[in-house]
Amino acid sequence: MSEHHFELDARRMLCPMPVIKTQDRIKTLAPGDRLKVICSDPGALIDIPCWCRIHGHEVISSDTTDRIITITIQVG
Amino acid sequence: MSQQQRKAVALISGGLDSMLAARVIKDQGIHVEGINFFTGFCVEGHTHAIRQKDRLKQKRNNALWVAEQVGIKLHIIDVIEEYKDIVLNPVHGYGQNLNPCLDCKIFMVNKAQAWAWMEENQFDFIITGEVIGQRPKSQRKETMPIIARESGAEERLLRPLCAKNLPPTLPEREGWVNRDDLFDFHGRNRKPQMALAEKLGFSEYAQPAGGCCFLTDKTYSSKLADLWQSRGERNYEFDDIMLLKVGRHIRPKPHYKLIISREEGENHYLSGYRKEFISLESISCKGPLALLDGVPRDGDIKQAASIVARYGQGRDLTEVLVEVRMKDGSVDELRVKPLSSDEILSSWYV
Repeated sequence: MSEHHFELDARRMLCPMPVIKTQDRIKTLAPGDRLKVICSDPGALIDIPCWCRIHGHEVISSDTTDRIITITIQVG
Repeated sequence: MSQQQRKAVALISGGLDSMLAARVIKDQGIHVEGINFFTGFCVEGHTHAIRQKDRLKQKRNNALWVAEQVGIKLHIIDVIEEYKDIVLNPVHGYGQNLNPCLDCKIFMVNKAQAWAWMEENQFDFIITGEVIGQRPKSQRKETMPIIARESGAEERLLRPLCAKNLPPTLPEREGWVNRDDLFDFHGRNRKPQMALAEKLGFSEYAQPAGGCCFLTDKTYSSKLADLWQSRGERNYEFDDIMLLKVGRHIRPKPHYKLIISREEGENHYLSGYRKEFISLESISCKGPLALLDGVPRDGDIKQAASIVARYGQGRDLTEVLVEVRMKDGSVDELRVKPLSSDEILSSWYV
């Protein structure tokens, strides 16, 4: 089964909006797909991984550069 | 013969009460999932995310954290647009400030109940962390049946923490939950909840009874009322209510106000609005970024520049250079004398 890569721009959104956008986007994806979420609210570094743990998705990587946070999720 | 596992949706605010309510029902073998509504007025994290001095503080979303502690899924729902009608036209009126607490609770229970997902996934009832007598407006013995009735949830609404003070609901009568294991908490005393938290092994939780909505805040409500008055209509957009959480709000004239940042984090946040507002910033010495909300008339921009200069490091100088950026990106520079503290009238502060 091939996985697909998607991207979500949640910059300038404050939590919980990046979580809501991530949640809504992942609903449309299939298990194994990967979603890269780009945010500027540092709260996303805590909230998105927490949301993923609760819902059984995996955070593959997380990086912060110049106030911009990139979190890659593999859909569970 | 195995019995069908019953399912409940828990309204999770992120506070202690909803955390306990969800856990108590989960412990009775019910499949519980949480729901949290984002109205735009939630205190959660926003100001921490904006203000530089708070960036090192923990910025977790309490509703998500609670869900993880209880071991349930949490669905966060954006209700910003629908919630406007609750704020603008509360059938049951406001509390001490612009908080429509009773209408808000009815709205949220109704949203949970009417949520298509709940029906599709065959959820049986709704639980909340309400406690009779805890909140003067929405959590009173008289309001409990109003919420159940007007939300449409009727007897499928269970309040585990004060259930024994209320008539048995459907989940209790049907034996889905054991009423004997529910509680009879009442009043503003938080000790029973704290004792239950300890018994259940919760050593950490959000500040008990802490307000989670900006509408309960006097200063915030004043700013919202000022916004409505200045625009001549009771309405708002999402950006309006976000900006009310940021900076000093100074209204020197009825037709315009300034939103002046108080520190670097707010500067950064407000700079994202430079295409929607005229912005002003001291450039000859360090100073805050300010947005001008309204349509300036003759002399207003100069007055605004003098005010902005007052809040920068050049406040005691005879002249400060202020950059004025229009919405289209065109830039002008004004030399102004910063206003003295006496010239900033106390009545200007919103």
